Amino acid sequence: MSELRYREALNTALREELERDERVVLLGEDIGVFGGAFKVTEGLLEQFGERRVRDTPISENTIVGMGVGAAMTGLRPVVELMTINFSLLAFDQIVNHAAHIRYMFGGQVSVPLVIRMPQGAGHQLGPTHSHCLEAMFLHVPGLLVAVPATPADAKGLLKTAIRDENPVIFIEHESLYGVRGEVPDDEDILVEFGRARVCREGSDVTIVAVSRMALTAERAAATLADEHGVQAQVIDPRTLRPLDLDTILDSVRTTNRCVVVEEGWPHGGVGANLAALIAEHAFDDLDAPVARVSGADVPMPYSKPLEDIAYPHEPQVVAAALATLGRTDGPRTGAVTQGAR
Amino acid sequence: MHDPSLPEPEVAREWLQTMTLIRRFEERAGEMYARAKIGGFLHLSIGEEATIVGAARALRDEDYLISTYRSHGNAIARGTPPERVMAELFGRTDGCCSGHGGSMHMFDFQRRFMGGYGIVGGNLPIGAGIGLSSDYLARDEVTLCAFGDGATNQGTFGETLNLAALWRLPVVFMVVNNQFGMGTSIERHSAVTDLRRKGESLGVPGMRCDGMDVLDTYTVVDEAIRRVREDRRPLLVEAVTYRFRGHSMADPEEYRTKEQVAQWRERDPIPQFGERLQREGVLDAAARELIEREAAERVEHAVEFAENSPFPTPAVRGRIRARRAVPRAVSRMSARRQHPSPASVCAARTNGERG
Repeated sequence: MSELRYREALNTALREELERDERVVLLGEDIGVFGGAFKVTEGLLEQFGERRVRDTPISENTIVGMGVGAAMTGLRPVVELMTINFSLLAFDQIVNHAAHIRYMFGGQVSVPLVIRMPQGAGHQLGPTHSHCLEAMFLHVPGLLVAVPATPADAKGLLKTAIRDENPVIFIEHESLYGVRGEVPDDEDILVEFGRARVCREGSDVTIVAVSRMALTAERAAATLADEHGVQAQVIDPRTLRPLDLDTILDSVRTTNRCVVVEEGWPHGGVGANLAALIAEHAFDDLDAPVARVSGADVPMPYSKPLEDIAYPHEPQVVAAALATLGRTDGPRTGAVTQGAR
Repeated sequence: MHDPSLPEPEVAREWLQTMTLIRRFEERAGEMYARAKIGGFLHLSIGEEATIVGAARALRDEDYLISTYRSHGNAIARGTPPERVMAELFGRTDGCCSGHGGSMHMFDFQRRFMGGYGIVGGNLPIGAGIGLSSDYLARDEVTLCAFGDGATNQGTFGETLNLAALWRLPVVFMVVNNQFGMGTSIERHSAVTDLRRKGESLGVPGMRCDGMDVLDTYTVVDEAIRRVREDRRPLLVEAVTYRFRGHSMADPEEYRTKEQVAQWRERDPIPQFGERLQREGVLDAAARELIEREAAERVEHAVEFAENSPFPTPAVRGRIRARRAVPRAVSRMSARRQHPSPASVCAARTNGERG
């Protein structure tokens, strides 16, 4: 094991896969000479050269589309988009082509393409650089969606994504790039898609938390234990498609309560989807409605105090968990971001 | 005497045969559409056969062709049996995409026909990506990427030509200028109507061919492919052509005059080439009739084949469908269960599957 930052873990995964498989090629804006807008690809150009680490013009739809064409004909491209908001420029290629080609062409080809991009608020980048759009991608059949929260998962999931035959939307988080964690050194340790990570054991309430919110939920769970005597089980799904529903259901059947925490918008979000699935499969096990803690239903504001209250923090998670237990001793959370208000 | 500009007689005959086959195929497809054997949209390439065949014959087997939603002819010219194309139109399991793509999404990987794309301009980046593979893997292949005049106004046109020129990708971009982006004439949709020049500022020089003349199309595209293969720089070829039928079958054609259509029909590429071959002594009238008859018979066989092919059943997970959104099919039932099974149902859910 080594202690690495999240960005270093991603860099290691890319380096190892570039070394392992000649077909792996990186495409993206400023990933080479500049080293990546978030320095994830730093040093790769120097090590692997311009043939394999390719700086592109600012042409998101075409970069992704070229990845599709290259993936159909023998390469394993990894495309970096500078933020998830920019992926909207490539939505045609991602949905109409990357996701659909294998099916609409009757299985004659697959599209082993990875599209990496960071998301998330916290850097005062306003409404075009800060959103969390995983719900838009998990909706689409044909795509796989990974949302690593730890350095170990960042490395293990990215390696799995590169080796998978399907197009993978690989969503990183801007605020996690500098976070450190233990990462396995073994190049063959992968993190399988569709296996949730249980971050903390507990029997009173289940908290399912996505991407950076897994860390927020873990801190909230510590507060719940220390200050309220509540033992929360925290689950990070790690991939949203495929989704490890069984791990979540097993937990809900023990705790009979569930809170879903996401940074994205509430309406039609990850929590909405999970609440429906839990209601379908574990309705009789619930002692309270599934609670959602989400980002506020607004474009991300610029001003620091506004941005701070536009995405969830520990007090809201604590309050939501206590509410499912019928308790009112939770923190007053100010601008509550629960539910599709 | 054999006209030295004409190809060998058997080659010329094959061009005429394939153009005729595409024409008869498209006419029959139109009839089958009217009889509701074919659903969705149906975009016919009647009038554009010389562009299709002339360009396809300039390709080697290992070269790639990628096209648009008007691509039955591209598939046939590339060698896909018309039976498989018709079965795809009928939505049958023996279709070239097992009935999953339909008219706008033909595909034949084995013959390096890379599709059939329903989004205008959507195939350009993919074509460049195929070129990237060829370049990266140091292969001699060239990709011919065909699209309509309307696609030259999409962002992908500028983005892709720039990138292909920048990276010196082996791609021939071919704009099939049939004079209309759906129902909007070129004068009304493009500030620059000399389309071969539209790539110049992006580093992609242009050429032009008479898309109503199979020999001229072949000659120009062949030259373009040769140059791209040798120089490893993309080129743009404008093929000037015309579709005799509407944009799709749902087109009352109020945007153009009958006189204009009649004028272009006088330049119908098939009789034009057939008469030339007869004049030059390559074919006699009987041989031309035989070509007509064989094409009609082959298309009849294609219809029969399509009729007899079964409809597909929902694809199981595996080759065609990606993995489940929610894997591991059977959720363990709760001891506390008092309610019936979940009421929400996915359309075409396969047995025991969630999500």
